Amino acid sequence: MSQLNLHLKVWRQNAGQPGHFQDIEAPEIPDHASFLEMMDIVNDRLISNGQEPVAFDHDCREGICGMCSMQINGVPHGPEKATTTCQLHMRKFRTGDTIWVEPFRAKAFPVIKDLVVNRGAFDRIQQAGGFISVRTGAPQDANALPIGKVVADAAMDAAACIGCGACVAACKNASAMLFVSAKAGQLNVLPQGQPEKDRRTLGMVRQMDKEGFGNCTNQYECEAACPKEISVRWITKLNRDYAVAAVKEALGNSPKVAGGGD
Amino acid sequence: MSSVFDSLSRFYASSIGKKILVALTGLVMLGFVLGHMIGNLLIFAGKDAINEYGHLLQTALHGGGVWIARIGLLAAVVLHIVATIQLTKANRAARKDAYGKHKAQVSSKSSHIMIWSGLTILAFIIYPLLHFTVRVGNDYASYQTTLHGETVHDVYRMVIAGFSWAPASIFYLIAMALLCSHLSHGFSSLFQTLGISTDKTEPLFKKAGYAFAGLIFAGNATIVLSIWLFGYGR
Amino acid sequence: MSLNSSIPSGPMAMKWSKHKQDSKLINPKNKRKFTVLVVGSGLAGSSAAATLSELGYKVKCFCFQDSPRRAHSIAAQGGINAAKNYQNDGDSVHRLFYDTVKGGDFRARESNVHRLAEVSVNIIDQCVAQGVPFAREYGGMLANRSFGGAQVSRTFYARGQTGQQLLLGAYSALNKEIAAGGVQMYPRTEMLDVVTVDGHAKGIITRNLVTGKIESHAGDAVLLCTGGYGNVFYLSTNAMGCNVTATWRAHKKGAYFANPCYTQIHPTCIPVSGDYQSKLTLMSESLRNDGRIWVPKKAADIGKTPAQIPESDRDYFLERKYPSFGNLAPRDISSRTAKEVCDEGRGVGPGGRGVFLDFAEAIGQFGQKTIAERYGNLFAMYEKITGEDGYKQPMRIYPAVHYTMGGLWVDYNLMSNLPGLHVLGEANFSDHGANRLGASALMQGLADGYFVIPTTIANYLVHQKPGSVTTEHPEFKKALENCTAQTKRFLDIKGKRSVDSFHRELGLLVWDKCGMARDRAGLTEALKRIPELREEFHNNVLVPGSGNACNPELEKAGRVADFMEFAELLCLDALNREESCGGHFRNEHQYPDGEAKRDDENFSYSAAWGYSGDFAKPELNKEPLTFEEVHLAVRSYK
Repeated sequence: MSQLNLHLKVWRQNAGQPGHFQDIEAPEIPDHASFLEMMDIVNDRLISNGQEPVAFDHDCREGICGMCSMQINGVPHGPEKATTTCQLHMRKFRTGDTIWVEPFRAKAFPVIKDLVVNRGAFDRIQQAGGFISVRTGAPQDANALPIGKVVADAAMDAAACIGCGACVAACKNASAMLFVSAKAGQLNVLPQGQPEKDRRTLGMVRQMDKEGFGNCTNQYECEAACPKEISVRWITKLNRDYAVAAVKEALGNSPKVAGGGD
Repeated sequence: MSSVFDSLSRFYASSIGKKILVALTGLVMLGFVLGHMIGNLLIFAGKDAINEYGHLLQTALHGGGVWIARIGLLAAVVLHIVATIQLTKANRAARKDAYGKHKAQVSSKSSHIMIWSGLTILAFIIYPLLHFTVRVGNDYASYQTTLHGETVHDVYRMVIAGFSWAPASIFYLIAMALLCSHLSHGFSSLFQTLGISTDKTEPLFKKAGYAFAGLIFAGNATIVLSIWLFGYGR
Repeated sequence: MSLNSSIPSGPMAMKWSKHKQDSKLINPKNKRKFTVLVVGSGLAGSSAAATLSELGYKVKCFCFQDSPRRAHSIAAQGGINAAKNYQNDGDSVHRLFYDTVKGGDFRARESNVHRLAEVSVNIIDQCVAQGVPFAREYGGMLANRSFGGAQVSRTFYARGQTGQQLLLGAYSALNKEIAAGGVQMYPRTEMLDVVTVDGHAKGIITRNLVTGKIESHAGDAVLLCTGGYGNVFYLSTNAMGCNVTATWRAHKKGAYFANPCYTQIHPTCIPVSGDYQSKLTLMSESLRNDGRIWVPKKAADIGKTPAQIPESDRDYFLERKYPSFGNLAPRDISSRTAKEVCDEGRGVGPGGRGVFLDFAEAIGQFGQKTIAERYGNLFAMYEKITGEDGYKQPMRIYPAVHYTMGGLWVDYNLMSNLPGLHVLGEANFSDHGANRLGASALMQGLADGYFVIPTTIANYLVHQKPGSVTTEHPEFKKALENCTAQTKRFLDIKGKRSVDSFHRELGLLVWDKCGMARDRAGLTEALKRIPELREEFHNNVLVPGSGNACNPELEKAGRVADFMEFAELLCLDALNREESCGGHFRNEHQYPDGEAKRDDENFSYSAAWGYSGDFAKPELNKEPLTFEEVHLAVRSYK
């Protein structure tokens, strides 16, 4: 095991105040440590020097909870493909490197402190239709509704999204299309999701717009940054589902569909 | 009726709605760009061919055809531009604070300058419109020739005269290069926005987009270069 | 105080049906007047909050994460059991019940387990209806696999992320109810205390982790769905934020803490690589199907690379000690044996805490391609974390704490001895006895939340006057002041050591003395050292920043303070239980071959500890365990 001497440029900010980059020297970092463990070491040293540690979000540290964020050297979750920040290890860096560490930046993700941002917008988008309305106890037997393996696998591909927000952070427009399309898409491909498909699509897209995310300009940076490698084909599907739902809403029979503007 | 209008305005108000409109108007302009180039290439088929084509455009539907096309195109251009400006403004607002360091991983340079290539193309569209259609600052309107016994506008001579002047040719070539850049992202992009792309077709659309952009550039540049540098038709 | 477990009478298979019949109903109009506070938003919390809201109760749900979707249920990989018998391989509710009681080493309450097995089938129906993308066969039917040595294929799964998919299902139900206005969600909000009024749980005190504001919430009942206490060991497979605070503070308000010594160790985790290590990562146990586990025979060889150690100098210790099961010996036995060889100085890797898991033979036999097909994602995960290629050199593994079976004592209605305080999921003690079977944790969380509490809570609420207690009550003021004062105390200590350094030290101590194998001497020593460490913590911890803002160090301080107190009860319970059973192994109580030696005569009870004000002397209440259906037997893996 070898050790790294690193220069960090870390974003420091208190809610509602302007932020700035702080230069922090991080000598003698074990290369086996994860990126977050490196931050732990840095924080421990800051604390013993009487300084405030860097606040950052993290929880499971095994790449599934989606809590960790951080823009590392200009890329969400750092340079490794299909990796969350907590799964990124310091052996991927070289001694002497300068590492930029910033929060995921988007108007819809206001900074709470340092690298901690508020991703509540994602929850609100889900509340605008990211569900199947079924009461506990109501359903039929699970095997009464056969679902082909191809469809089930596709739904699972979309469902792998961990809601971390890397797609928003990577997009030059801070667009949430990859997230929204994966969430809507999982349910829109399944037979259980059909009855509410249009309502869901319109509701979630309108809420997405309301939250102040940008829109998709088809550059696919989101897909490249996604730690779960969600495909931009879900965005294709959302575009299609939205067009159909909107046309049906405009020209079809009343009553009008519900959702964001109900 | 008003509920239909409400829904349409809601459709336009949404991000995806605007994008779909951009894609559809983009598609109209793709058709125009292709048709325009093919028409202009008639210049290599001889004087009568292009003059006949020009005359046909002028007289179709008793002269109304060209106006329908012009109005349609104008609407497409205006919608395309207004929607993209609105989208761009929204996108800028969505990332209020810039990153200290930001690294694009997969997106092309062309895709990052769409609004600028688009607006520049607009400027260059206005120039040839003034140059060849409104014919400001020249006497092209007086160019006449006889076709099948009829007196018609001499498009052939006008084009030859126009591109014999170096500044016009250079302007035109720059515009074509930017159009090429714009199309290289825009072509495949519109299939994505319209919800048509699949894993299997996306690479084809991408390649087709590059080929289309290249074709448009090559076709139009050939006309300009032949006249300007090689003295075709002079 | 005597423990009334409220088990319905009648034959085992009829108890739950009878109880549902006998349970009280609340008029739909009145339901709206009741407020239920749900703490935690994992499988148990989200499913309970959503279902109670569907029934018409007003629900407030709290979680410390930034979104309810991030609760640690999300990390479960393997699957969820259900007695569907879709495979026609002889599964039934009774067999799942039997397996779970036996798997729990006869330390679970039979009636609760039977109910769990009964509702398991409804869980799958519910999840499928919500759009959970379980694995399927080509014909469109649900796929199953056999898991954790079960003889039937009853495990439903969604790739390697069943936990995330089930949680997202429950989260979607929760979202539906939030949108409908039935649930008010409080993310980034941590519970600091339970408020009791006349002996009933009537509210909680919370801290807003963004603004630092400490607030009171009154309700007619409180549901704790706050998970397990595995992070008392500091290093575990739990998320960093998992904590004992909610259950421990409830304990200090009178709720009994049952069987804390039942902790589960998972044998195939990636070992610790240095003292900066913050968490341990689990790899699927299935690796043991093809990997051979060994260490050098001689301690002198531990510095050599595996290639330098000839076959004759390798000790395949599981194959040697358990010839019939070999590398597939049960979790607890494999774990303990690995610890033993490391204790002998033969462990490999950093710190000498690791054993080799070698695929060379399997790769030789089946080819690397086949092995990659079977375990490719696990090899990739291992490579990501260690930087080593498991195909070229043996992996290193070591056991880690994974799940905790103990928790707050609850009766058949999932209500603790503190009226109004209900406890669901991993936070309670009820269903897994001394050891949890694979793919049973998800089942229990959802069973409690979707199907049990929505019925049983009425048995408590029907006797309550809705909204009778408000936050104006003096008990709220008192609790709020206490919490505010405690927060301030942490900030005022201004000592020299960081919170993490204390947590790490506590974890090492508890892992060493009360981990995989325990004995009287070690536990006694731990019980002496924990109060000393606690004392130092309260005098020398350094918590920077202020209480009126987002302050992660302050959050950690509160949690570690509670672990410091809880650790003592954990060791005390382990010391009290003079037997070995399930996840609790006392070196003094084993058969000559190393098998756990249960003492049914003296310890066939659940130990429910009451808080006495003195950590060293909690009050022991015993709930005797009787087995009507499953006959006591010795677990043998010879």
